[in-house]
Amino acid sequence: MPSQYPIDPSRTDLAHEFMANPMGPHSAALQRIVTRMRDTEAAGRYVLVTRVPYQEWGLAQLSGKRGVDLTMIEDQVFTSIEDAERAVFKLRWELITGVPLALD
Amino acid sequence: MLEKKIAGYSDEISVAPGERIRFMVSCEAGVDRYQADIVRLISGDRQPGGPGYRDELLPTSVSGEYHGRTQETYCGSYAIVPHGPAFAGLADLGLQAAIFPTLPSLRRACVIAKMDVEAGRGFALWTDPAQGLVLQLGDGAGGVQEFALGRPLVAREWYLVSATYDSAVGEVRLHQELLNSYARDESSGAATHTSAATAAVSCEAPLLIAAASRGEARGKPVGEMIFNGRIERPVVASRVLDAGDIEALRHGPVAPNLRSDICAAWDFGQAFETDDIIDISPNRAHGRLVNLPIRAVRGSNWTGDELSFHHAPDQYAAIHFLDDSLYDCEWEPDFELEIPADTPSGLYAARLRSGDQEDHITFVVRPPRELSERADAGDRATASLALLIPTASYMAYGNARGAIEVGNELLANHLTVISPEMRYLNRHPDYGNSMYDDHNDGTGVCYSSRLRPLINIRPTHPWLWQLSADMHIVEWLESQDIAFDVITDEDMHQDGVALLERYSCVMTCSHPEYYSTPMWDALHAFTQRGGRLMYMGGNGFYWRVAYRDDKPGAMEMRRTEDGSRSWASEPGEYYMAFTGEYGGLWWRAGRTPQSLVGNGFIAQGFDHSSYFRRTADSRDPRAAFIFEGVDDEIIGDFGLIGGGAAGLELDSASRAYGTPPHALVVATSEQHTDAYIRVNEDIGHMLLSIGGQDDPGVHADVVFFETPRGGAVFSTGSIGWSSALFHNDHDNNISRITRNVLNRFLDPTPLA
Ligand SMILES: [Fe+2]
Repeated sequence: MPSQYPIDPSRTDLAHEFMANPMGPHSAALQRIVTRMRDTEAAGRYVLVTRVPYQEWGLAQLSGKRGVDLTMIEDQVFTSIEDAERAVFKLRWELITGVPLALD
Repeated sequence: MLEKKIAGYSDEISVAPGERIRFMVSCEAGVDRYQADIVRLISGDRQPGGPGYRDELLPTSVSGEYHGRTQETYCGSYAIVPHGPAFAGLADLGLQAAIFPTLPSLRRACVIAKMDVEAGRGFALWTDPAQGLVLQLGDGAGGVQEFALGRPLVAREWYLVSATYDSAVGEVRLHQELLNSYARDESSGAATHTSAATAAVSCEAPLLIAAASRGEARGKPVGEMIFNGRIERPVVASRVLDAGDIEALRHGPVAPNLRSDICAAWDFGQAFETDDIIDISPNRAHGRLVNLPIRAVRGSNWTGDELSFHHAPDQYAAIHFLDDSLYDCEWEPDFELEIPADTPSGLYAARLRSGDQEDHITFVVRPPRELSERADAGDRATASLALLIPTASYMAYGNARGAIEVGNELLANHLTVISPEMRYLNRHPDYGNSMYDDHNDGTGVCYSSRLRPLINIRPTHPWLWQLSADMHIVEWLESQDIAFDVITDEDMHQDGVALLERYSCVMTCSHPEYYSTPMWDALHAFTQRGGRLMYMGGNGFYWRVAYRDDKPGAMEMRRTEDGSRSWASEPGEYYMAFTGEYGGLWWRAGRTPQSLVGNGFIAQGFDHSSYFRRTADSRDPRAAFIFEGVDDEIIGDFGLIGGGAAGLELDSASRAYGTPPHALVVATSEQHTDAYIRVNEDIGHMLLSIGGQDDPGVHADVVFFETPRGGAVFSTGSIGWSSALFHNDHDNNISRITRNVLNRFLDPTPLA
């Protein structure tokens, strides 16, 4: 069973902190919500897929089943791991809170 | 996007000059030809800022272009009993066994079969997802008659099952009985059927247990429809067995009144340390196991009074069969090499290339073998330093599926990056699993083998772990212009301390976690006889493993009691079938890593690595040589894995756990993140303060101590240490300290 720690959608300050330093280390408050986001079921888990080693990554979701390939998510291509972390953070923020992450 | 399509393995992992090694390769569609060369590996890490990949061609007869082909792998474990007089002339039939199905709802699975499919002769007993027990009898005309019990089996429960055929009246009886007692059990029951025509029960096909077969490959029946779960005391009789017979045959010897009518009754509670299954009937129709099913597991009658199979073999007379276990791919060799006489010892690979495809089948050329009649064995080493390649740990981690199956995001505290190699592994469940994975039925993987492609044990694998991380050590040794021989765990297991004693200094790799008893004994004896040991990693000497002399390339391990682990052995299954030794943590067998190397596993984390700070002990004159030319207080605040030398898995010193009383802790790491958590075997009560920021125990210690007869041990306490050696073109304090220690350890002057 995944984590049930609630994410407060009004804490955009923590989202700002993540966007500024997506690789961490994070403050304790931010790490709690990052842990919540990373503690997902295997099936459907977002992962990065190497397109060009050390240069370009696509986004995909794991099948969660041995022998079954992951599913690529079209037109999600990143040239830095940091950008990929930011994009997945936004996706999960909305998935968990129900509120799109709006940062100025 | 690059898709991996080529992989191979070798029959040997360590060969001396003059010995032969064979390479087996399989290519997927699109790779029709490939170039193969033998290369000496120098460097592997291709990440930006890393040393990159480098090798050196060894001119051999191997170099050339080869035809690419796909080679089939048949995984899954079962038993084969050859046809023989024991099974001749069968007309009536009695079958029985105790079974513990772990995936009864997956698909039809075969418990026992002796069937000539083409002729339609023989018998097969199945479990069916909807019907429970099913008996098939040949019709003698290329087909079968099928009789079902009609009640599905419950997973992970013991059943006594039986089937009989009475040819005189054409009656088939099926029986399945749940051995646990549950209210509302609907899975137990019996059925009686009448056969339409006389069945053709007798055939000359081999008998299979836990599989059926439609044909042979590589000289033996290919097992299909493999039964996942445990089977105990299967019996084949030439007459109808009644309830009293069946009960009498479940355990113990075959009673005199039954001996004339029993074709075979296999007692899996014998010959645990072999592939043999023993028939205790007068026919002695013994069989052989294929692909390492798990032995020394609890049977249906296990009481819990004895915890070792040696003390109550009759309670461990079951074998756990698995549809995805694998010992040997048994591919056809593509090329072979006789190691040229003058080949320097080193880490080598058969480098395969085809367009953008590549693979490195890595092996070791050990120094020339000593001749047994020579008394001066010492002169067969070709350097004063030996690099000890942890092949046991490579086998434990080989084909780890965690990243692609689950994602290791929570461990890493970063998104999981899936490489083409990981997708390739996921396309190949037939290549078997690592000891970190579960079998398809959820059972933890307790056997590994190197006679199959180990996809992540490659010098360039992007997950810097084991071999790919150890390449940092090889690269550093090359950069320092230091002569070194290369030897492996398996060499040490076989040759003992005599292999090590040829060297002034033995250096480990970054994560020598898995040790057999002979390996532990050899390394310990080396340190006690004046040898110098540099332990260049973390979480070493942790799990106990076993090899079998008659099963080259296979290894066993049980994850018992506790320890940082991805699965746990069942209670009562803590003893290894290969040797009978108690498995699990070496700590639990009274041999702590701290007593061997001064520190032992204390915490792990995989997001950011940290640094070491020098201690007061580092000013001790005994430690002066270590820090010669190093003025820094902070050591190793850089590195190619996580940005620091103190990272991944950390070992600390502990007098209570056996660190020698005179040991010096010359540096200690600090400021680990909360993703670093203390190992569970060192946690009593569970407290909120278990992460690196709250728990001061979460740190690595660099330890030095002298050993008897002028020897010494230097332990870095961290897997991350070697990832820092390359920094600033090897001009850094980790590199300097490592070099200082190595220089002193190669100097014959006694240390103490
Ligand atoms: Fe490990």
